[in-house]
Amino acid sequence: MELVLSAEDEAFRQEVRAFIRDKLDPETKRKVELGYPLDKNDYVQWHKRMFEQGWAAPNWPVEYGGPGWTPIQRHIYDEELALGSTPRVIPFGVSMVAPVIYTFGSAEQKAKYLPRILSFDDWWCQGYSEPGSGSDLSSLRTKAVRDGDHYIVNGQKTWTTLAQYADMIFCLVRTDDSGKQQEGISFLLIDMKTPGISVTPIETIDGDVEINSVFFEDVRVPVENLVGEEGKGWTYAKFLLGHERTGIAAVGRSKRQLARLKTIAEHEVNGDITLAEDTDFQERVSQVEIELFALEAMVIGALEGEARGNPPGPEASILKIKGVEVQQAITELAVEAVGNHAHAFAPDTWDIHANEPGIGPDYAATAAPIYFNWRKASIYGGSNEIQREIIAKRVLGL
Amino acid sequence: MSVWLTDEQQLIKDSAERLVQNDYTIEARQKLIDSEEGFSRENWATFAELGWLGLPFKEEHGGFGGTGVDMAVLMEALGKGLVVEPFASSVILAGTALDLAGGPLAERLLPEMIAGERLLAFAHSEPKSRFNLNDVAVTAATDGDGFKINGQKMLVYHGGSADSLIVSARTSGAQRDRDGITLFVLDRAAEGVSVRGHQTVDGLRAAEVTFTDVRVGADAILGVKDKGLSIIEAVVDRACVFFAAEASGAMEQAVALTVDYTKERKQFGRPLSSFQALQHKMADMYSAHQFSRALTYRAAALLDDCSPAERAEAAAAVKVKCGQSAKLVGEEAIQLHGGMGMTADMPIGHYFKRLTMINALFGNAQYHLKRYTAMKSE
Repeated sequence: MELVLSAEDEAFRQEVRAFIRDKLDPETKRKVELGYPLDKNDYVQWHKRMFEQGWAAPNWPVEYGGPGWTPIQRHIYDEELALGSTPRVIPFGVSMVAPVIYTFGSAEQKAKYLPRILSFDDWWCQGYSEPGSGSDLSSLRTKAVRDGDHYIVNGQKTWTTLAQYADMIFCLVRTDDSGKQQEGISFLLIDMKTPGISVTPIETIDGDVEINSVFFEDVRVPVENLVGEEGKGWTYAKFLLGHERTGIAAVGRSKRQLARLKTIAEHEVNGDITLAEDTDFQERVSQVEIELFALEAMVIGALEGEARGNPPGPEASILKIKGVEVQQAITELAVEAVGNHAHAFAPDTWDIHANEPGIGPDYAATAAPIYFNWRKASIYGGSNEIQREIIAKRVLGL
Repeated sequence: MSVWLTDEQQLIKDSAERLVQNDYTIEARQKLIDSEEGFSRENWATFAELGWLGLPFKEEHGGFGGTGVDMAVLMEALGKGLVVEPFASSVILAGTALDLAGGPLAERLLPEMIAGERLLAFAHSEPKSRFNLNDVAVTAATDGDGFKINGQKMLVYHGGSADSLIVSARTSGAQRDRDGITLFVLDRAAEGVSVRGHQTVDGLRAAEVTFTDVRVGADAILGVKDKGLSIIEAVVDRACVFFAAEASGAMEQAVALTVDYTKERKQFGRPLSSFQALQHKMADMYSAHQFSRALTYRAAALLDDCSPAERAEAAAAVKVKCGQSAKLVGEEAIQLHGGMGMTADMPIGHYFKRLTMINALFGNAQYHLKRYTAMKSE
């Protein structure tokens, strides 16, 4: 069930494809294909290629450097980036803090930060979650106390993705704890080089060290780094959560992973047949593929609504739930598909320049770690249970 | 969130929903079910006046050349009311067979059906065929200039009321050969045609139809002799998508009824709707309906211009998604209504039954998952 695109959109798709083919470093591409870890340079280099092309910020208004694409073109772009095995777009700057800055920030903040986000001269990370504040985010306790021209920030953020590479962090901090917990939260932009900030990696169950704890000890942040009004941070955070809701479904990524799963199935032999000929296994692949078609149909509908001035509201929570279910189902099938090769854990060999060859076929090396890692998807960004709460309360009125 | 209609489609939706809302309460529907024919001829005349009976057909056959999405919109609205009129049998099944095959029979019969003056039925399934569309044991043996038809068909929707039957019969080859199936148009009153009408569990009418030495001329052949299967497959694939649209309307209603009921019903001193275990079930019901609907409309749009292989793949995918969603929504709706959900007086049970049978029709979700997988492996 391929999408039927207009001639114009199809030409756009070809243009994006050609750009990726010409500009993506082949070694980076290979790493993405094999599910190997990327280093900082893989990300930075690719972001810079997109910037040079003028395509670094598809979701931005034209006046700040957006390309002025239609919602469907943005979808095509995202999909081609995923299908083309490009490094994932680090969303914290371009997709998360930037819309907050250009919507609520001062003229100085816009001038100072937006160009550097666009060019990827600054790597941003997100300071939301805390050890005691997960899904109940607004219970956060990191404190910012006003001291003349500065806020003094104390506290701890956690699950901070790729903070080890970051130049800047945007934080929700508590500036007042006298009222309701959603009140008294403020939105601060903090330079990671400020004295008093320390970053400690957290090893996850897949063996990776992508996430971190970020500690703040008497960190002095200039008041001009406050976004909007003091105490309105929760409003901005909610705005941000509602932004780009269709992207979270990750249709393109799942398409690529499903294609990869099919390739694995063609190589795995079970007696006289390959797994690709095993009807029991293939039926489960079909089931996921059909879910993915339904998800894509929903995303396209939502984008069409956006183009008509009807962006999706709280009902978009089902995109997150279904998107994640599809992603997780594919990682699970990949573990099953590689059979005994799922067991070996040899991260030293997950590099195209590794000294030692991998253990087992290269397509199998990261199957189990990716499965483990991807359990995070139903937890982050508002857990799938929180999404059901949103549907129940705000869509069904329960 | 997923479906955006044109002004014309919105008109179809509004008029069908208005009819369902005003004239199609669950009590009014039950009266129709209990009536002799099981539906209202008066409603049928209204459908004709509104132009619904000609919506999907070519203009040369007196139709209005509507799109797949137009039809999905109409079926979805009718599904909200669990409409029992012979729309599926006359328009979606038999009518489509005539329209796709074309020729003098289509030119003569379709305008009469579209005007509301002739009911049609599609006689294809057989007692031993299950869902294999090429498994045809009814025979049409050459007999002079014409044919002599023998055998039995089952689940002929509205066969008891139909004026004309579209009947598949084997004119050559073995019972499951793809070639050798021919479509015939028969008068229901023809000699040797015996119709045993019955109710269905979901409030419709159907019939067992037995053919004993029924003689027809060569002019009764619809389309090309021995090549009927491609028409049958096209009819059934399209019907799968449109029944899924009907199911979407029924699911929407089932979710709404369940939400309303749990808000009213109190247990342990508070409304059922305040219990999180039930809220999450309703969120899942909502989601199941929404995704089934999105996929159904996507497939409906594809029907206007696609290859037989694309059409078959889309129909199978829709049957999988729709069947699974219909089962989840229907079963949970009954569960959340508690004991009241088991009573025939409550509307919800009627939605559950229709949703269950739409899943079963032409093979359930599991059947179509196998079919989809087999197509993908070719």
